[in-house]
Amino acid sequence: MEAANGIEVLGLVREYKKGPRAVDGIDLTVAPGEIYGFLGPNGAGKSTTVHVLTTLLPPTAGTARVGGFDVVKEGPKVRGLIGVALQEAALDPLLTGRDHLRLQATLQGVPKDRRRMHADELLERVGLADAGDRKVSGYSGGMKRRLDLALALVHMPQILFLDEPTTGLDPQSRTSLWEEVARLRREEGVTVFLTTQYLEEADVLADRVGIIDQGRIVAEGTPAALKAEIGRPSVHAIPHREEDREKIAAFLAPFGEPLATTRDVAVRLRDGLGLTDIVRAVDANGVEVVDLELRAPSLDDVFLAKTGRTLEGATEEADAEEEQKRVR
Amino acid sequence: MSSSLAQVGAIARRSVVRTARQPASVIPPLVFPVALMIVNAAGLQASTDLEGFPTDSFLAFALAVPFIQGALFSTMNAGTDLARDIQTGFVNRLALTGLRDWALLVGQISGVVVLGVFQAIFYLAVGLASGVEFESGPLGIVVLLLYAALVSLAFGTMGAWLAFRTGSGETIQALFPVLFVFLFISSMNTPRDLIGVEWFQTAATLNPVSYMLEAVRSLIIEGWDAQALALGFGFTIVLALVSIPLATHALRTRMTRT
Repeated sequence: MEAANGIEVLGLVREYKKGPRAVDGIDLTVAPGEIYGFLGPNGAGKSTTVHVLTTLLPPTAGTARVGGFDVVKEGPKVRGLIGVALQEAALDPLLTGRDHLRLQATLQGVPKDRRRMHADELLERVGLADAGDRKVSGYSGGMKRRLDLALALVHMPQILFLDEPTTGLDPQSRTSLWEEVARLRREEGVTVFLTTQYLEEADVLADRVGIIDQGRIVAEGTPAALKAEIGRPSVHAIPHREEDREKIAAFLAPFGEPLATTRDVAVRLRDGLGLTDIVRAVDANGVEVVDLELRAPSLDDVFLAKTGRTLEGATEEADAEEEQKRVR
Repeated sequence: MSSSLAQVGAIARRSVVRTARQPASVIPPLVFPVALMIVNAAGLQASTDLEGFPTDSFLAFALAVPFIQGALFSTMNAGTDLARDIQTGFVNRLALTGLRDWALLVGQISGVVVLGVFQAIFYLAVGLASGVEFESGPLGIVVLLLYAALVSLAFGTMGAWLAFRTGSGETIQALFPVLFVFLFISSMNTPRDLIGVEWFQTAATLNPVSYMLEAVRSLIIEGWDAQALALGFGFTIVLALVSIPLATHALRTRMTRT
């Protein structure tokens, strides 16, 4: 590895007892100072990968080096380099934000004379200066996430792991967290490994994205390169009357391959065709549409192209499976 | 990396602070044992007329019970808190720091011991305020507080073992009545040699809790009884020596960091 604060993973496998392979032979490299977005539906293997890379789970096979240290053989050295905000914020509702920072700073070896000032700075930075002395039980979801981020930064780590940091947050909290993550990379050169199931998050924040499904990485590259790989735009038509859906699908079929969507009728356009061709076809067929939209390829299109499912659909499937297991 | 002592102090402080902020964890271990003692003292005072009963004040006889009962409450609270930390992922948060495994256990138990000694001072104050005379004098009070710390250590470590082993607060709460059975089939309300029912007397004689109670009781009503103290300290040390390795092993299994 060229620099100290990168991540290198080779053939990583993690199997659970009596369960499927949660991670099934993944290879990835994260360059120092890069934000790497690990995108996938629930149950794809994102959190398991984070648990292995942060030394909380041993891998079944393969190797992983974080900051140049082997996650199996040099766990304590890895933990000294990384900051981690796991999917569940895991805060003590009876402690205040400042109590948490004080505890974390002590355990991370921050010198005693710097703990108070450091806690003040971090609370200020994540917008919790006024709430620092309140018990966490009174925090909103967004405040808990921001405190979690502050805790991950207590010892000024070189590498930051954020496991679905914005799940369940309102748009404002989400944006402010994105800004802080971008600032950390820009001003402090922190390497960020970020898992998400939000396309927009990966698109906005990540320098490179790895798309994971059923434990395997199905695509990897910059968001722009991945979308360019799909290349062609898609056209989405919302019928005025529900009974026109099949008719629209039939006359759109010659224009490209149909896309599996629930809200509209959509096709990925063949090369050389544009929106005007579709408008003419709609006119010629005498069908009324509420909306007709030309969309550039998104990361969801990349996911669809690689797995045959939309990210949203895959997440719903995973949630349903989880619910079934829970009921059983 | 922080010093081990700083880590132990930070974990112990958190244990004490979070308990102090939960009235439901502070008040019952103080109030219920004292309430039970007062009720028993009022109802069973006539027992002191039995020939061979070691004191004419049942309150003085019964004052030993809150010390052990409070320790049982502490066991449950410490275990439940730790299990909750496991369930919520807080232990994972700790595991990702430079915290040493043993420092987590020692810190957690130190918090339990501090609270156990605080409870003991409260029971003692209630007893003295109610007119109980402390036969072993000021040094006896020091020994009693040391013993309360040891009992809290032994029971608290057992609670920690159950928490690391099961990871479930509900399971620990379900085990609580079982621990209480040990208290009730002991010499809690009657000296062992005066228990009239044979099977009860045998059970109380086999029950280590009897000897823990008798060690405390000896300091209050008899003065210095070397045999009672040796048995009480001995059984409690054995319990601690069994609980500590069990809890340490369960902790290592639970904190599966590489």
